[in-house]
Amino acid sequence: MKRIVFWLLSTATVVVLLFGYHTSTSGAMTAESSAIAPANGTAGTTGTAGSGSSSGSTGTTASGKTYTGPVADTRWGNVQVQITVADGKVTAVSVPQQPNGNGRDREINARAVPILVQETLSAQSSDIDMVSGATVTSDGYVQSLQGALDEAGL
Amino acid sequence: MSTARYVEHVMGMPISLALRGRHTDDDAAHEAWAAVMNRLRAVDLVFSTYRDDSYITRLGRGEIGLDECPPEVPEVLALGEQARRDSTGAFDVWRDGLDPSGVVKGWAADRAADHLRALPDTDFCLSAGGDLVCRTLDPYGRPWRIGVEHPHDPDRIIAVVPVTTGAVATSGTAHRGEHIVDARTGRAPAAVASVTVVGESLTWADIDATAAYAHGPDAAEWLRTRVGRSGLVVWEDGSSTVVDGYRLP
Repeated sequence: MKRIVFWLLSTATVVVLLFGYHTSTSGAMTAESSAIAPANGTAGTTGTAGSGSSSGSTGTTASGKTYTGPVADTRWGNVQVQITVADGKVTAVSVPQQPNGNGRDREINARAVPILVQETLSAQSSDIDMVSGATVTSDGYVQSLQGALDEAGL
Repeated sequence: MSTARYVEHVMGMPISLALRGRHTDDDAAHEAWAAVMNRLRAVDLVFSTYRDDSYITRLGRGEIGLDECPPEVPEVLALGEQARRDSTGAFDVWRDGLDPSGVVKGWAADRAADHLRALPDTDFCLSAGGDLVCRTLDPYGRPWRIGVEHPHDPDRIIAVVPVTTGAVATSGTAHRGEHIVDARTGRAPAAVASVTVVGESLTWADIDATAAYAHGPDAAEWLRTRVGRSGLVVWEDGSSTVVDGYRLP
C-alpha cells in the first residue's frame, strides 16, 4: 500500500506538471519550429503536491481496485488523482479534482516567459497577435509586422 | 472566436487594439476604443516633449511650477523618482532636462486600458507603439501571443510570449529619436540591443525595460532582481538571454 500511495503522489506531481505546463505555455505548443527556452522552469519544483490533508481511499469495482489519492493543494489549485488497478497493473487514471481558474493561476500567466523561436520564423507562420518592439513607430508602421497583423485583421 | 482589430496613431506611434469576446464590433466596443484614444491624446497634450506648450515642456523650462500642472504630472514624476531609485540611477527622467517619456508611454496605455477592462466578457490586447497590455478572462483560454521584434531586423520576431493577462514592453535603440542613456555615465548603454519585460502592469514593465536597457551589459542581471518580471535581453552580438523572474513565494 505504501508503494501505491507513493506512486499516487508522484502521479499527482506529474499531473501538476502537466497542468503547469499547460497554463504557462498553452498555445505556444503549436509554434512548430519553436525552440523551447526554459518554459517556466518553476513548474517542476512544485513541492506542495501531495501535501493535502486527506489520505485517500480505496474501492473495488468490476474492472479492478480504485485508489483515490489525497487532495493535493498546489499552486494551480486542488488536484486529486484516482487510479484503477487490476491484476497488479494500472488500468485507468482519472483526475476527479482539477485546478480551477483561481487568482493564483492568473498570477502565473501574467509572468509568462518569452520562448525563443527560430530566426526564420515570420509573423505569418507563427500565429502571433501583436508585436512588442522598440521600433514600432508610425513612420515605419505600414511596412511593419504590426501593420501586417492589423491589416490581416485575424 | 473572431477577433476585431482597430488601429490609430497618436504621439508618433501606432495604437493597435485586438478585441475578442462579447463586445468586439458593437457600440460598446467602439465607445471604449474612442475613449482609449481620447485619453492617449489628452496625455500627449500634457506630457509631450515635442510640444512647446505642453505642461511638461513648460515645467522643464521652469516657466510653471508643479502646483500649476494637472495631478497626472506629479504622479508621473513620482514614478520616475521610484524608477531612478530602483535602477540605482541608471534611469533618470531629469537627465539633460526633464524627459519623462520613458515613464509616460506604459503608464498612459495602462490607464487608457481601463476603458477596455470595463468591457464585460471581452478579452483585449492593446499595443501602444510596441508596448502592450492584455486581458484574457478565461485563464485556460487561448493566450494572446506576443511576438518580440528582432532588434537587428524588425521584419522578424525573435521570441513569442503567450500572455493571458499581463503586460509586455520592449526598449531598445532607434525609438523615434529617443535615445536611452545610462544616466550615471551619460553614455549609450553598451552590449545590449533590446530588452523585453513581461509583468503584471504595463507601467512597470515599460519602466523596467528602459531601466534594464540603460544597464547595458548588466541588463539581464539587473532584470533578475525585479520580482514578478520575466523577460528577454537581446545582445548586440545577436545572442540572447531569457530571464525567468518568477519566484516561488
